[in-house]
Amino acid sequence: MSVSARPLVAAPEDEADPASLKVVPSRHPWRWVGVAVVLVLLAQFIHGLVTNTGWDWPTFRQYFTADSILRAVGVTIELTVYGTVLGFALGVVIALMRLSKSPFLQVVSWTYIWAFRSIPLIVQLLFWFNIAYLYQRFDFGIPFGPSFVSFDTKDLIGPMSAAVLGLALHQAAYAAEIVRSGIIAVDHGQLEAAAALGIPRLRQFRRIVLPQAMRSILPNAANEVISLFKGTSVVSVMAIGELFYQVQVVYGRNARVVALLMVATVWYIAMTTLLSVVQYYVERHYAKGALRNLPPTPLQRVRAQYAALRARAGATG
Amino acid sequence: MSRPMVDLRGIHKSFGTLEVLKGVTLEVEQGQVVVVLGPSGSGKSTLLRTINHLEKVDRGYVSIDGDLLGYRRVGDKLHELKEREILKQRTHIGFVFQNFNLFPHLTVLENVAEAPLSAQRKQKKEVHQEAVRLLARVGLSDKENAYPRQLSGGQQQRVAIARALALSPKLLLFDEPTSALDPELVGEVLDVIKDLASTGTTMIVVTHEIGFAREVADRVVFMDDGVIVEQGSPTTVLDHPQHPRTRAFLSKVL
Ligand SMILES: Nc1ncnc2c1ncn2[C@@H]1O[C@H](COP(=O)(O)OP(=O)(O)OP(=O)(O)O)[C@@H](O)[C@H]1O
Ligand SMILES: [Mg+2]
Repeated sequence: MSVSARPLVAAPEDEADPASLKVVPSRHPWRWVGVAVVLVLLAQFIHGLVTNTGWDWPTFRQYFTADSILRAVGVTIELTVYGTVLGFALGVVIALMRLSKSPFLQVVSWTYIWAFRSIPLIVQLLFWFNIAYLYQRFDFGIPFGPSFVSFDTKDLIGPMSAAVLGLALHQAAYAAEIVRSGIIAVDHGQLEAAAALGIPRLRQFRRIVLPQAMRSILPNAANEVISLFKGTSVVSVMAIGELFYQVQVVYGRNARVVALLMVATVWYIAMTTLLSVVQYYVERHYAKGALRNLPPTPLQRVRAQYAALRARAGATG
Repeated sequence: MSRPMVDLRGIHKSFGTLEVLKGVTLEVEQGQVVVVLGPSGSGKSTLLRTINHLEKVDRGYVSIDGDLLGYRRVGDKLHELKEREILKQRTHIGFVFQNFNLFPHLTVLENVAEAPLSAQRKQKKEVHQEAVRLLARVGLSDKENAYPRQLSGGQQQRVAIARALALSPKLLLFDEPTSALDPELVGEVLDVIKDLASTGTTMIVVTHEIGFAREVADRVVFMDDGVIVEQGSPTTVLDHPQHPRTRAFLSKVL
């Protein structure tokens, strides 16, 4: 029937006009059955979480905001931020090299990506951690000639810098491919129009290409940031006091494994949630113009529903 | 005497083994409107694109208002210009594409203001005022803050024309500006181009709109298979074509 195509909020009482008749939405009984099943399972799960003493919630509470854990969360965030910023900065450069007209730069870029995607992150990290054994000193000077400054490698690359270096170099290889995929997805006509207008090359990239490439870069980049965030737990092999390492240290002492793993889990979930929210709004920013009209944000949707509810209550009451 | 605004000499262009332009020579005087007609694949778009150096020519040269495009002449040698210099030369030539190529992430006003802002010849405020004036000229005063995808095809093409005008170019090139439009939207775009023609803008227009050519063109050029087959006033070429290929083409489109 054509009635179903009409909006659900029908214009009220206008006697003879069929357009004003009340619309009864079709019923979906099986949806409700599905909802009920899921709710029962969820209730069971929560009941288990609360009543099973194995989860050891008092210990969880004690450690969740303990100083040592908070500091470890800080280190994890620090590693993520450095890894992301340096990784993507280098990634953009590598992507541009790959897209450049110079065959030499293309090969360099391709080789970098090939190498760093081939080496497991943990292997690479351990390699950086042990670099002082390979090269005791770093000399800056004339190649093959005398050196002006010289550093002890152990002073220059501590465990934390080794970890940042490893994460950033690893991240750059993936970031490069994500950025490149975003750039090649931008319609060629855009570059032609920009060139026809005589817009300088750098500005073409910054103003025309990059904002449009961001649409396809962002979801993948967010994936990368989130997986890097959790991936920082790999550096626990280097005895760096990030979240996962710290949790292991604590349960090594008190043997409350489950409670402390939960501490780490909840922190990881909380931070990932935050990142996802940020992602939603950044993506929305770059969707400007790409969609005819932006859909409302969840917050706007809730507000609109609340307003509608109040309007209805006002009308009937 | 005064030199022509556009001077094309013996333009040759091949894509691989396919020779698309086989020696095209064309002069356009300041303020003239030249309409280029020709069957699909005859090289009309390629010719337009060589005029603002979006395509490099293999042989021959393009000069706009006395400036050689894409090259600098030293003695009897042509030195290729750097991309930056070519981009600068292009700011004197406006190009309107068949499928608009507006920047979808920028508002209508930002689209028009982008090139002058990047050329940095004027203050931002001045550029915006100028953009507002140009949008009024193409009849889109109320759409300044809309995004291109929120506009109809005809409106988008009019924004594209305003954008091409923003650098006050010496020459405007149109590549089938109305072929991507629904029939009822063609008129509004042609009206804008007619208005530009009446104010003495030098233009080269590739189009299939014979009526438009008859009304606006100072000269009609018929191209086929990479060469100019014949040219002359609209009445000469459209009503009394000399060449059998022109007659064959016109009998199909009229
Ligand atoms: N970049 C390219 N690479 C290879 N061949 C090309 C390229 N651009 C154009 N061509 C070929 O050159 C010929 C002329 O193309 P052009 O676009 O100039 O024709 P046109 O006269 O504009 O046709 P239409 O009326 O269909 O737009 C065609 O055969 C086309 O396939
Ligand atoms: Mg064409």
